[in-house]
Amino acid sequence: MASAHSLADSTALLDIRDLTMQFGGLRAVSDLSLSVPSYGLHGLIGPNGAGKTTVFNMISGLYVPSSGEIVFDDRMINGMAPQQISHLGVARTFQNIRLFKDLTVLDNVRIAYHQHAGYNLIEAITRLGRFRRQERLLTEQAQDFLAVFGLQDRQLELAKNLPYGEQRRLEIARALAVRPKLLLLDEPAAGMNPNETETLMQLIRFVHDEFNLTILLIEHQMRVVMGICEWITVMDFGQVIARGTPDDIQSNAAVIEAYLGKQFGKGLTPDVAAS
Amino acid sequence: MKKRAAIPSWVPTLLFAALVFIAVQYASDREIISRYWSQVIVFAAVTSISALGLNLIYGFNGQFSLGQVGFYAIGAYGSALITKDFSKNPWSGDPIGALCWIMAAQIGIVLVLLAFQLLHIGDLNKSLRKTLSRTLKTHEASMICTLVTLVASALILAAGYYATLGLHWVTYRLMSALFTALPANAAKNVNFLLAILNGGTIAALVAYLVGLPLLRLGSDYFGIATLGFAIMVYTALQNSDLVIPTMKGARGMVGIPLYTTWGWAFGALVVCIIVLRNLIRSSQGRAIISVREDEIAARAMGVDVTRQKAVAFTFGALFAGIAGALYAHLYGFLHPSSFNTIKGFDPLIIIVFGGLGSMTGTIMASVGFALLIEGLRVVLPQGFEDWRFVIYPILLLIVMLLRPSGLMGTKEWGWLRAPLPPERDIPVPQRALAAQQTHNHGEEA
Repeated sequence: MASAHSLADSTALLDIRDLTMQFGGLRAVSDLSLSVPSYGLHGLIGPNGAGKTTVFNMISGLYVPSSGEIVFDDRMINGMAPQQISHLGVARTFQNIRLFKDLTVLDNVRIAYHQHAGYNLIEAITRLGRFRRQERLLTEQAQDFLAVFGLQDRQLELAKNLPYGEQRRLEIARALAVRPKLLLLDEPAAGMNPNETETLMQLIRFVHDEFNLTILLIEHQMRVVMGICEWITVMDFGQVIARGTPDDIQSNAAVIEAYLGKQFGKGLTPDVAAS
Repeated sequence: MKKRAAIPSWVPTLLFAALVFIAVQYASDREIISRYWSQVIVFAAVTSISALGLNLIYGFNGQFSLGQVGFYAIGAYGSALITKDFSKNPWSGDPIGALCWIMAAQIGIVLVLLAFQLLHIGDLNKSLRKTLSRTLKTHEASMICTLVTLVASALILAAGYYATLGLHWVTYRLMSALFTALPANAAKNVNFLLAILNGGTIAALVAYLVGLPLLRLGSDYFGIATLGFAIMVYTALQNSDLVIPTMKGARGMVGIPLYTTWGWAFGALVVCIIVLRNLIRSSQGRAIISVREDEIAARAMGVDVTRQKAVAFTFGALFAGIAGALYAHLYGFLHPSSFNTIKGFDPLIIIVFGGLGSMTGTIMASVGFALLIEGLRVVLPQGFEDWRFVIYPILLLIVMLLRPSGLMGTKEWGWLRAPLPPERDIPVPQRALAAQQTHNHGEEA
């Protein structure tokens, strides 16, 4: 844990301290501390049930932590409503894609733009004032996002009719339309074939550089995590068991033990374990 | 990419609307259709307005509500009190008495709500407790906090009450000046317009107040709670003569002037359609729909779900109130049994039949519903009228089996359709293009 605190400097965009989530008798996350520096590409890994998605749900406000603090951009955000946290600049994708299925691709992105719409209810109903200009601006910006993700020809299709890989990309595009400072990606490569995964890795790197984002990502495919993350945190049973650069993690005995059990404590890398 | 039409979509829609209006007006003026049938057509337009409101709540926002009939009733009785006072033998002893009191009370309630909002009474308890608990014991702090919050709320309510009295004085001066300035016929029409608007706003205000606690409930529970609300309104109406004798309670309110013409009903319908369409085809409307699609994703994307639900519920009730006001002045007779829970299912049936999330479908289904119910009365032989309620459910079953998503699904016609986004050539950064190309390659492989 000493290495964890050496990272917690003043440039941290997200700082989690002693976070605990208790569901009845189950402690999904216990006394977790984690700090994500600005503009980093940070990975969060761990065996199934380690509590990774629970951490995401707490950061994005869907769960209220039982105890502990989440500081984002020098502000305490635990206990805030999800939309408030989103307004501060946190966006996320979901493990099991949660698009607005019966809406068009364009509308999916435009909904994420709602908080930047810049006109009120009266202007919308009367079509006066800022409505026309803002609505055009909003639509064009949404189209720009779609173009970046290669979805501009699909903008009028329903989200549910897109192939799986494009749905994943649309979800990332939608999250970016919130104009976040921190992007949370929950298993973006789940269910993708090696080629799609390769593209996704390029896409995440591109998004990270282009939009000056801090990214925190959960992933099971070690190829992705080891390939793009600068820092990796490993969780098991709701606690951080290791953190460091990809190289550190690959040779960390505690991590190998968590993935493969005690007898493999040394000699195998988690890369082999997960593939 | 769909092809762009040469003429804008509002042109055929406007032409169609004008054609419908003129055709019905002409037919009823020349008595091509009987007075009874033109009343049925007006009733269809009125039903459309209420059903459009419910479609906003259930079809677009996804909140299953059975309370629409309650708001319909509130609009009907509220507006009837206003016009009945104005037209003949004023029941309150003053032609504009009811109008002014209703308007003043509404503004008063809005002011109280604003005061609660602006003074953060909801947060007062929490923040005060935090400050006091540093120096006091927990139970002392919580006792003081509760007391302070209660006193503050009581003060606001009292201030609101006196504000209402003051507002009544102001509205009374304004309204009497307005009505003395107008010629008799215009005054009658202005009074009816005010009655319709007030019918709508009372219903909307009640919906907002009822919605604050109820909208926190999950979908099915919300449905049951709104059913409870509708039953409460029904019971209150049955005993309404205890408070306002002229509402006559279970005996039924009579002597309401017959102001609702095809022109009024059609005009109100058009305004409601325009408002609903503009609302749905805006960022607000998309946020409302996102709540139906996936509440959790909507929250994570920064949509204030509670606010969107409140907006949809309030607007839906506004429409129901307006429809109720028109209904009251169509037949001139109001009875609580017209607003019982069985009637409450009518708008629900209509929107499911027409397609949840389709304005076009709702209007089509409303017209179809009204014509079917009345048409069967003519077609069926004497003594078999009650078989209507066997035949139309069977028709409903057949339609639901053949078209489970209703007549129109979520499709729209003409101007009601979502406008197409502009076609643009967007320069794509080189690195993004590279990522896309490998991806497409991957898909083919």
